[in-house]
Amino acid sequence: MAHRWRNDLTHEDVTPRTAWLNRRQIIGGLAGAGLAAMVGPGRAETLEPNSWEEITSYNNFYEFGTGKSDPAENAGALTTRPWTVRIDGMVDRPGDYDFDTIMRKMTMEERIYRFRCVETWSMVVPWNGFELADLLDLAGVQDGARYVAFETLFRPTEMPGQRLPILDWPYVEGLRLDEARHPLTIMATGIYGKPLPNQNGAPLRLVVPWKYGFKSIKSVVRITLTDTQPPTTWNTIGPDEYGFYANVNPNVDHPRWSQATERRIGGGLFSRRKPTLMFNGYEAEVASLYEGMDLKKNY
Amino acid sequence: MVVVWINDRLRRIPIWAVYLCGGLYAPYLFWQGATGGLGVEPIRELERALGLFALKLLVAGLAISPARRLAGVNLLRFRRAVGLLAFGYVCVHLLVWLVLDVQSLPLIWADIVKRPYVTIGMAAFVLLIPLAATSNDRSLRRLGPVRWRRLHRLVYPAVLLAGLHYATLVKGLPIQPIAWLAAISFLLMLRLRPFGRPSRV
Repeated sequence: MAHRWRNDLTHEDVTPRTAWLNRRQIIGGLAGAGLAAMVGPGRAETLEPNSWEEITSYNNFYEFGTGKSDPAENAGALTTRPWTVRIDGMVDRPGDYDFDTIMRKMTMEERIYRFRCVETWSMVVPWNGFELADLLDLAGVQDGARYVAFETLFRPTEMPGQRLPILDWPYVEGLRLDEARHPLTIMATGIYGKPLPNQNGAPLRLVVPWKYGFKSIKSVVRITLTDTQPPTTWNTIGPDEYGFYANVNPNVDHPRWSQATERRIGGGLFSRRKPTLMFNGYEAEVASLYEGMDLKKNY
Repeated sequence: MVVVWINDRLRRIPIWAVYLCGGLYAPYLFWQGATGGLGVEPIRELERALGLFALKLLVAGLAISPARRLAGVNLLRFRRAVGLLAFGYVCVHLLVWLVLDVQSLPLIWADIVKRPYVTIGMAAFVLLIPLAATSNDRSLRRLGPVRWRRLHRLVYPAVLLAGLHYATLVKGLPIQPIAWLAAISFLLMLRLRPFGRPSRV
């Protein structure tokens, strides 16, 4: 039951064909730095996906260090095979699901999504993946379940950041069941048609495009269905700064900075900020999930 | 013996060399930012690198008198250069924030008023202005050494605020800003009377 959602961002209708071809050349390593510089500035105004280089070199993945380039430098040692995802809690068929078996059973799609970090930078990422709802159906969600909890791998031998008490490891996240089942919510397993690089959360990660990036938990090893709201890492550290919902909202500031604007990665030294969109531009699709809720309180 | 040798070497370094070496880091960073050397989000990196370098210079300036008092290493003649370089980097850090990062006057004002870490940073900057303005021989003569020295004790709260500015802007509690704050606290503690500050002021 995939393809519940039709993407409004595709290569053909959001990107001038020449720019798209140019970028392809860059990816293929055919163009020099000069061409990259020429393509750069125009990007802030169009919704052209960020380059492979940008998406895979600027990451928040504290398991590999707190610097933006730390994950790309330190994630190489992570072994992602074999990989199992334990699905448990209020499901009919709990158990350890092998990643390759999951891949065979899911319908893969490309989803070009805006990605907005709580730190006010943003990208456009062409993910490959499958709808989380399909994976949940594989395990069979029981009637009383209301929330989905996620957990990242804990393996300090391969994840040097976990040897320090920067966060309360392992990283955990959570969604309301209706958010988790929303057709926009995917488990990503690739970018630009290639397997997800380790620094981006290999072999599979959550992507919830209308929420701040920290909700989109990486390198998932466990998914638990519950009837109570699960704890989430950043919310535990700073409850007044990072809410459980963490929906992208230009009208609700982070206590220490404004969320009204964002800067697209890749615009260079003179890139201009642009207004942040309500629900990161997915208002039409997801606003109904939060009808009647005070979004200033439930930030 | 070693200290004598070190002091002898230090005497031979001309002050202008300190200004030159310290000053070159800013254009180097801009060049790196413009050519991809600072990664795919150069504005933030540039802003951070300039701010951090300013903080390092401020802390270095704070370490100069204890270095002489406790280790006998005499760097006193470089202190003005270090201080003025620090102020210069604070200014460039601020300009990058204003012009490249936030890009809007109302937003800048809102940030200064509403965001504690910006308020703290601005307070540190304001405290440094009279110090930079009086870091010349004429001001020293006009104020007299006692008043001049008293005025320049403003650097203590300024550095502390700068350290706090760094520690409060990061997400979570990484080690680096806390280490800097600890170093600043240590250097300030050395100024307290029980730690044997000589009675020269």
